[in-house]
Amino acid sequence: MGVLLSIEGAIGQGILWGIMALGVYITFRILDFADLTVDGSFATGGAVSAILIVNGVDPWLTLPVAILAGCLCGACTGLLHTMCKIPPILAGILTQIGLYSINLMIMDKSNLPLLKVDTIFSRLGDAIHLPRAISRWLTTNNLVCLLIGLLFAVIVIAFAYWFFGTETGATIRATGNNASMVRANGVSTNKTNIMALILSNAFICLSGALVAQQQGYADVKMGIGAIVIALASIVIGEVIFGRKGGFLRRLISIIVGSIIYRIIVAVVLQLGLNADNLKLFTAILVGVALTIPVIMDKRRQSATYRRLTAAADAVEEPFDA
Amino acid sequence: MLEVKHVSKTFNPGTVNEKKALEDISLRLEDGDFVTVVGGNGAGKSTLLNMIAGVYPIDCGHIVLNGKDMSTDPEFRRARFIGRVFQDPLMGTAGDMAIYENMAMANRRGKPRGLRWNVTAQEKEDFKKQLSRLGLGLEDRLTAKVGLLSGGQRQALTLLMASLQRPELLLLDEHTAALDPLTARKVLELTEEIVQEEQLTTLMITHNMNDAIRIGNRLIMMYDGKIILDVRGEEKKKLTVDALHQKFREAANEEFSDDRAVLI
Repeated sequence: MGVLLSIEGAIGQGILWGIMALGVYITFRILDFADLTVDGSFATGGAVSAILIVNGVDPWLTLPVAILAGCLCGACTGLLHTMCKIPPILAGILTQIGLYSINLMIMDKSNLPLLKVDTIFSRLGDAIHLPRAISRWLTTNNLVCLLIGLLFAVIVIAFAYWFFGTETGATIRATGNNASMVRANGVSTNKTNIMALILSNAFICLSGALVAQQQGYADVKMGIGAIVIALASIVIGEVIFGRKGGFLRRLISIIVGSIIYRIIVAVVLQLGLNADNLKLFTAILVGVALTIPVIMDKRRQSATYRRLTAAADAVEEPFDA
Repeated sequence: MLEVKHVSKTFNPGTVNEKKALEDISLRLEDGDFVTVVGGNGAGKSTLLNMIAGVYPIDCGHIVLNGKDMSTDPEFRRARFIGRVFQDPLMGTAGDMAIYENMAMANRRGKPRGLRWNVTAQEKEDFKKQLSRLGLGLEDRLTAKVGLLSGGQRQALTLLMASLQRPELLLLDEHTAALDPLTARKVLELTEEIVQEEQLTTLMITHNMNDAIRIGNRLIMMYDGKIILDVRGEEKKKLTVDALHQKFREAANEEFSDDRAVLI
């Protein structure tokens, strides 16, 4: 029973964190820009949402503000890269480190609990009354997390699917593919880079705000390792769904990858893994998930070689006789 | 009309790697001029085209296209008026995107891009017609990823893309150099056809002296960052490959004897 409930919780968590992974996917895979802003901006989303809620703002209204904060984070990294010509990884790290202090300024302390205040999760939870027969199997908290997670995941995926199909979205996809072709066709790649980073960090901050509301606190450290968790979600999704297929399928695979990651984490914690070791575990998991396709490819190639060579050797050559 | 006035470019100035790529280049192309550019490696041919396209900033001088001084404009802004095909067939297209998506990108060169869908049904029909001109069967593979095409197919596609929105200037940087002889011939024929049809002002770099003489109405030869030969019309038609080689040797020798004079 405990395992079932923790897996239910993991699914809801997976969807909420999956929105962050979708944001990372935009930079990491579509734009081909290793953006490390996420470790800072994820907490920014949580911090902005939490401080506003504590100050009496409606929890729903805090979400657009968090998204706006994300846009600013992305724009900062984007300007550092395009205007100041700082390489992608360093530009992201600079923003990320700066955000750590900014997040402390926003919250005025390192941890901001959301006690005795409404969140979008507690509100929906209060409105739902599950009969006992069901609540034995599915807690209200888990159900609420699942419903809200699904709502936002659908919105974010629909938006991303639409946006990257537009003229502007296509220029961003092309930038990740061949930046000089984009410039040769009259589009500023500075602009496309900044736009993609803004969109990515908007998703990330939305996710941070949702996670903070769901867990009932914002913490300045809540984003540490987010990039690795996002990569874990993306590569798990790719290992399961493959790297081919339509764009919609790719987007959904990331959410599924995020859910599977959370389930794996929930299971290993149940099995007794010390929570302190979780980051090491995640790092190993990503390493393994990235290695599996390479090994499988190599094995397939050598199996084909053995089969074809054996077939060729079986044919008697006239000059051997 | 393209006017290049007193343009110079030195790479890595003040270092041991200093290289004067262009030295006080002045050049004027009339509307409809089809100019072939020849010269050895490092003569500055590609640099000249890259300076006109705005890939790097120029050290001094003016680049004026049809009255617009674009000397300091960034590459993407000049691209509104300039079509380009590169030496590397991978450079001109986005490999992970479909053929029609690449063409739709090119079809919006110089136009504002917003939140409309990236391609219209009407455009797809037009693209099919355009592609069938190439005779490569690409019209039936509109949704295929460009990365699946051969170098020659990609180059033909890039050429088509460069001319979808009529450019005021077409820059061809050895665009057939990486192709096999047969494909190169085909892409070159297509080039002549498109330039002829649209009456495009064109600068084309080539290492093939026969092509350089046969194609276009004007030929320039570059050596060591300078234009050392500029012939047009009837005079150009009378050129021979031997004469070009001779001219090239003369330029190289001159420099050699100059150097020796300095050493002695």
